[in-house]
Amino acid sequence: MSDIKAKLGLNVFKPLPSPHIRIRPGMERDPRLKAAVRACPAGLYAEGADGVFTLTIDGCLECGTCRIACGTAVLEWGYPEGGAGVQFRFG
Amino acid sequence: MEKFDVIVVGAGLAGLAAAWTLAGEGIEVVVLDRGDYPGSKNVSGGRLYLNPVRDLFPGLWDEAPLERAIVREGATLMARNRSFTFHYTGSELRNDRPQSYSILRSKFDRWFSERVEERGGMILAKTLVTDMVRENGRVCGVVAGGDELRADAVIACDGVLSLIPEKAGLRAPGRPHDYAVGIKEVIRLERPVINDRFGVADGEGAAHLYAGDITKGLFGGGFLYTNGESLSLGLVLSIEDMAREEEAGDAPALFEAFKARPEIEPLIRGGQTVEYGAHVIPEGGYRSLSPLCGDGILVAGDSAGFALNLGFTVRGMEYALASGYHAAKAVIEAKKAGRYDAAALAGYQKSLEESFVLQDFKTFKDTPRVLSNPHLFGHYPELIGNLLRDLYTVPAGPKSPVFTTLRRHLTLSQLWTILKDAREVTKI
Repeated sequence: MSDIKAKLGLNVFKPLPSPHIRIRPGMERDPRLKAAVRACPAGLYAEGADGVFTLTIDGCLECGTCRIACGTAVLEWGYPEGGAGVQFRFG
Repeated sequence: MEKFDVIVVGAGLAGLAAAWTLAGEGIEVVVLDRGDYPGSKNVSGGRLYLNPVRDLFPGLWDEAPLERAIVREGATLMARNRSFTFHYTGSELRNDRPQSYSILRSKFDRWFSERVEERGGMILAKTLVTDMVRENGRVCGVVAGGDELRADAVIACDGVLSLIPEKAGLRAPGRPHDYAVGIKEVIRLERPVINDRFGVADGEGAAHLYAGDITKGLFGGGFLYTNGESLSLGLVLSIEDMAREEEAGDAPALFEAFKARPEIEPLIRGGQTVEYGAHVIPEGGYRSLSPLCGDGILVAGDSAGFALNLGFTVRGMEYALASGYHAAKAVIEAKKAGRYDAAALAGYQKSLEESFVLQDFKTFKDTPRVLSNPHLFGHYPELIGNLLRDLYTVPAGPKSPVFTTLRRHLTLSQLWTILKDAREVTKI
């Protein structure tokens, strides 16, 4: 397991009924997503060999870095519904 | 339909400060928070300066769950494979009224929300606000969980992304230039171990900032704060620089490299990481602040852009607390007048201008630009490293005179660069 996956495993997460952040349909190859691959603290964005970017929402820290780095033209961005997602015990 | 005097969006420090102040005046206030409990979505580096806010919240601080009073300040300039550190400490910092404390936000905010409830304020957790209710262009409530909740005034304390003011048409989405991301591990370590390692007693703590090679030339830096039984170790990185610079590597890898530095590793040795968090930080200063109110709505805390990085001090929480307090005071005045339009709420802007909040932001309006000088993160750490190496090294042969060593590193063109950068520093 990578360092980052192990660290995310330490956090408390409440199940997400549906992803609260999505790459907008048709934007999967948009170069602006490169910024999220580098800047996402949870390492949830990846670029495949075919140039297609993917987002795995599990482990999201809801910090908003990707919204600012890539913009809302590329990402459909919202917070999870009340009570869902990461729950910081220390903060 | 439910109708309150005031709806506060977000149970962070700004929102809880507003609700505490309003509830104290007998005003009917409800705080809506999307977390499982108040505090569960809140992350800070973890250092609160009390002096500016002590008197705004009388009686609040005596029982507050503060971690350690900071009695030892430190800073390290990191070059690639060496560093330069200084400490500032002594009896001067160990007085009856310490100026600053480390805190852990989940714990502190949950406790603060209970104090709000004691005063008659309502806290509704697990409640995500998704939209505003507007009539004739003025905000008159929010949509949460599909229901409309109405109020005379809404105080948006919804955090750094400022989605509520964006929905209310007060601001555009944030630009990478104005934000950094802070990444943090909370590392559990026994209390006596922390005391010994940082040279402090029970209740006393250390704060340390790091700049230089750890961010690979990007704007940002590291921090370490001691809590009661844990350390908060963090790294802050400019989002704009992360997006632009391919060479630096990704954020999780930069954090791991920071932890592995020989300056850090012995401090966290034997510790157990218990949480990994991240939080976006406003870095734009005065020029990037949002409009502070509109018809029926006020904006406070991170949502307004209230965080200020001055290099040696990095502050946000006092501005959040004070802006929440002043927003509440403005609403109390508006209620007396029976009007909640932007003009009736404008006392908020005025009282912030008279307080330390906007005065600090104006004083330090050029600081974000000056601190973004890339020399600070690469050139100067290496220069100081070279100087120290040559001063401390004893060669096999004869050693050069100190002045020759100095002149070798501080050439005329070097001095000229330093002078130019120093002139910029005078603006902060």
